[in-house]
Amino acid sequence: MAPESTQTAPSAPGSPAPGQPLIRFEGVRKAFGKKVVLDGLDLDIEAGRCLVIMGPSGTGKSVTLRHIVGLIKPDAGRVLVAGHDMNTITKPELAALRRRMGYLFQDGALINWLNVGENIALPLREKTRLSEAEIRERVQHKLELVHLPDTWEKFPSELSGGMRKRVGLARALINDPDLILYDEPNAGLDPEISASINRLIRGLQERLPITSIVISHEVACVRTVADRVVLLEAGRIVVDAPTQAFLHSDHPRLRRFLGEHLE
Amino acid sequence: MFEIFRRLCADLGYQLLLLLSAARYLPRAWRRRGQIADQLYVAAVQVVHVVLLVGLFSGMILALQTGIELARFGQQDQIGPIVALSIAREMGPFITGIVLAATVGSAVAAELGTMSVSDELSALEILSIDRDDYLVMPRLVALAIAGPLLTLICDGIGILGGALVAQSQLEVSARLYMDGAFDSLRDSVTWFAFPKDVAVGLFKSFVFGALIAAIACTAGVQARGGALGVGRATRTAVRDSIIAIIVVNYFLTWVFYSA
Repeated sequence: MAPESTQTAPSAPGSPAPGQPLIRFEGVRKAFGKKVVLDGLDLDIEAGRCLVIMGPSGTGKSVTLRHIVGLIKPDAGRVLVAGHDMNTITKPELAALRRRMGYLFQDGALINWLNVGENIALPLREKTRLSEAEIRERVQHKLELVHLPDTWEKFPSELSGGMRKRVGLARALINDPDLILYDEPNAGLDPEISASINRLIRGLQERLPITSIVISHEVACVRTVADRVVLLEAGRIVVDAPTQAFLHSDHPRLRRFLGEHLE
Repeated sequence: MFEIFRRLCADLGYQLLLLLSAARYLPRAWRRRGQIADQLYVAAVQVVHVVLLVGLFSGMILALQTGIELARFGQQDQIGPIVALSIAREMGPFITGIVLAATVGSAVAAELGTMSVSDELSALEILSIDRDDYLVMPRLVALAIAGPLLTLICDGIGILGGALVAQSQLEVSARLYMDGAFDSLRDSVTWFAFPKDVAVGLFKSFVFGALIAAIACTAGVQARGGALGVGRATRTAVRDSIIAIIVVNYFLTWVFYSA
């Protein structure tokens, strides 16, 4: 994870050795039934940068993210996160590792019977001994960070798609994570809201010592948030390049893909 | 056939593990008293009118059917004991179980199923919040409490329904009917301050409540594939709960009355 964070979190699990990537996929293969989703994926992700993963639907982008948080395990190969092999990580280590991660789901994945404030406060109420005043202060701070300061009492059903994602992001940020995973943060949003979400991701990346991994189909998102972009297809990386090189690459598969997704 | 048997064993195993996992958190149930109270409101208060209606008419049907036959032998005075014992031993817990499975079990499966297909369960897992503690245990406790509570109500209203029919259609006074009913229940030994027949019925409904919770929560958390998956989970929860209630009811009856 980011060196700044590991110094202030002595109870957190080990970080990668200097020069080593924060996350490493080594020949990861994952199949669901007969459908092979990841087919020997090799990928290194450095700390403190923003990586965008692009690719056609069903090519294993979300599955890649789910490997990083330990929601699924590879059939073959291994995933190393902050030096931990996700195949052999113990439950307490995984819990400690997850406390340093935030995950924004496509639709926010908010608990629908809890209001906005309760949703964001949930990890603090369940996993910490903070006082109610401290919890309220931290939740309010995160709400302001995602530009939703007056929504505490609203329920998820009263929010628009963009607001739900912002609340989901506030919840993902509540533990001050070192690593944030965004699963299609622009999906289903109009261009204006989508652009504001992109700016929000970029702003967080610049203000906080975090590593971000974003799944997106949108070139606008790549332009705004990415330091590096990979194009995934059929469970393998087709193109892996810094943002400008990626956008100007002559790779035929990439040109075809970007042609379909240019605004 | 082998595949059906394999799936049945897998489901039973999952339900048992879920039940045990949620039961681990029972010592800390007080911490979840708010959620348990919310679930109890759904599982008991919002269902009580259904139990009252079904229980009333079940008692009336039972009294009418037995009364017509007993009248042929001039034994109408036995209607009270027959209705009381039938309802306390079998019909009260059975009716309550079926009502809970159809109303609360289906709702639990749909609720958790929707959470599953919309990634809310995954979100809880990433936040290191144990699903079995946060979601399953409060529902398990609420249903296990709601079962006996509703059965007591069902027993009372069912016996009262029988009295209405006895008085109005079978020429048996309500007093004679009630005396017979309560005498028959008092004849059995006392278990935990209740006549044995009532106590066994309450224990059965406690077991049914826990079973419905385990089956419905299992169906919900295993739901996959959007609205179709939620629908399938709901159907599975109600079907399997009803089957489990009937099968387990037989064995409990055998244990308490034959063994």
